Amino acid sequence: MIEKSDTCSETHKRILMCGNEALAEASIIAGLDAYFGYPITPQNEITAYMSRRMAEEGRVFIQSESELAAINMVFGASATGKRTMTSSSSPGISLMQEGMSYLAGAELPAVVVNVMRGGPGLGNIAPSQSDYFQATRGGGHGDYRTIVFGPSTVQELVDYMHLAFDLADVYRITVVILADGFLGQMMEPVLLEKKPHRELPAKDWALTGAKGREQNIVRSLWLPEGALEALNNKLKAKYELIEKNEVLCEQYEVEDAEIVVVAYGIAARIVRSAVSRAREEGIKAGWIRPITLWPFPTEQISRAAEEFKIFLTVEMSLGQMVEDVRLAVAGKAPVVFYGRPGGGTPTVDEILDKIKQLTIPEKR
Amino acid sequence: MTKNAFYEEVIIAGFGGQGIMLTGKLLAQTAMQAGREVTYMPSYGAEVRGGTANCMVVIADEPIACPVVGRPDSLIVLNKASLNKFCPRLKEGGLMIMNSSLIDIEPEPADEVEVIAVPADELAVELGNPKCTNMVALGAYLQRRGYLTVDAAAKALPDVLAKRYHKTLPVNTAALRRGAEFAQAKAGGV
Repeated sequence: MIEKSDTCSETHKRILMCGNEALAEASIIAGLDAYFGYPITPQNEITAYMSRRMAEEGRVFIQSESELAAINMVFGASATGKRTMTSSSSPGISLMQEGMSYLAGAELPAVVVNVMRGGPGLGNIAPSQSDYFQATRGGGHGDYRTIVFGPSTVQELVDYMHLAFDLADVYRITVVILADGFLGQMMEPVLLEKKPHRELPAKDWALTGAKGREQNIVRSLWLPEGALEALNNKLKAKYELIEKNEVLCEQYEVEDAEIVVVAYGIAARIVRSAVSRAREEGIKAGWIRPITLWPFPTEQISRAAEEFKIFLTVEMSLGQMVEDVRLAVAGKAPVVFYGRPGGGTPTVDEILDKIKQLTIPEKR
Repeated sequence: MTKNAFYEEVIIAGFGGQGIMLTGKLLAQTAMQAGREVTYMPSYGAEVRGGTANCMVVIADEPIACPVVGRPDSLIVLNKASLNKFCPRLKEGGLMIMNSSLIDIEPEPADEVEVIAVPADELAVELGNPKCTNMVALGAYLQRRGYLTVDAAAKALPDVLAKRYHKTLPVNTAALRRGAEFAQAKAGGV
């Protein structure tokens, strides 16, 4: 669990930015070498911002001919050891899944931003959280994982972009920033300066020209007997290390709570308001907010479930993260779901009603 | 959230092209520069000139939990469609600044609220630029609410207005002032 710092105290340095532009600028500060992307609402501001700023910085910007092209350009740039990313929204991220599986197979670092919109299919352009399954289960084919961040403020978009690039390099893995239309579009004051970062390993595997050294090979095809199994086991060890070291989660008044509301991203902010109001009305409510969605804060939730509490999971979907909450709670307590799909937004009143329904006996 | 801490939720709505988003951004920027916490959430996507547009601004003394405004404390509506859509959601004791140049009906709020009808288009035309309707309305809002000054908004304007429009800073500033004067006179019973 991390302690949240009061980032808003340095008021004079703050600037008002929308999430899409803030995360784009954060990437540039984090040392992004090459951006590849194809436009889609509600993340167009990222591509538009990059087209201007990357040129100003003398770095690489390419508006690709498709999402498939964008993710494979990321593969190519990453193979040469450069910091690279792409961004899209739900339907575009689906198109990228093949490339993301190849990135995992080749152990290439990359950052992929998904500013989620409603689905399935082309769906609509409203904010949604319905790509949780895809993001946290790898998404493409094969046995693999990606680190997934579910930021809930524009400042967190900035902070976790920095961390995403570092973790991608440290673990040679794809890191997904799972935002949504609200976070991408809304403006909040942010501090952009670079946060302290991780110690980074040398990229001695990168394709930088083999003059004077052994040839490096980057591949995701492992045909010899046992070769793929060996890679799978190597990946497994890496994923276990990430699960041990990189879980981030925030919680509030969970200890004495009789009901714990679990939510991430923008939904977690609405939950915060609802839980505060429940407390004002004398209901012992608390919340847990997973910041990393994979690795999931299983231990923190499991610990909270030791004493009997009711768990309410709130999402802007038909119920996806709730499955991870159920796995963590492991039958020790009831887990209830409330969600609004297709661009619907749960309101503070709706969540408060649900909390009351679950905690006040005569309302059950 | 501490009880009784300052917490103001505003919805600004009108036609696309009336400068709804700019008005919201200016309010947010002004509040941020005054050291307050703020969120600004635009409606996005299908908005085109002549369509509907709205944005939600939350201003508080503490970090803001929810940027989505269900029931606003204040409403700035620049056309009839926006009045019909948002007026029923206004909180009891809330404030509505209504552009009476384009709204020819009596609002029927659900609860007791303060309504200031401002002929914002006419006032903007008098100032020589009909595009300043939004600033007239914002000036009236700032005057009635009193937690930010019109001068502070005028000072923040260059930060949110694209550089190519900076020649309109004087008329926009005048429009903010005109709106505030009008609201003050109205509230004073003139």
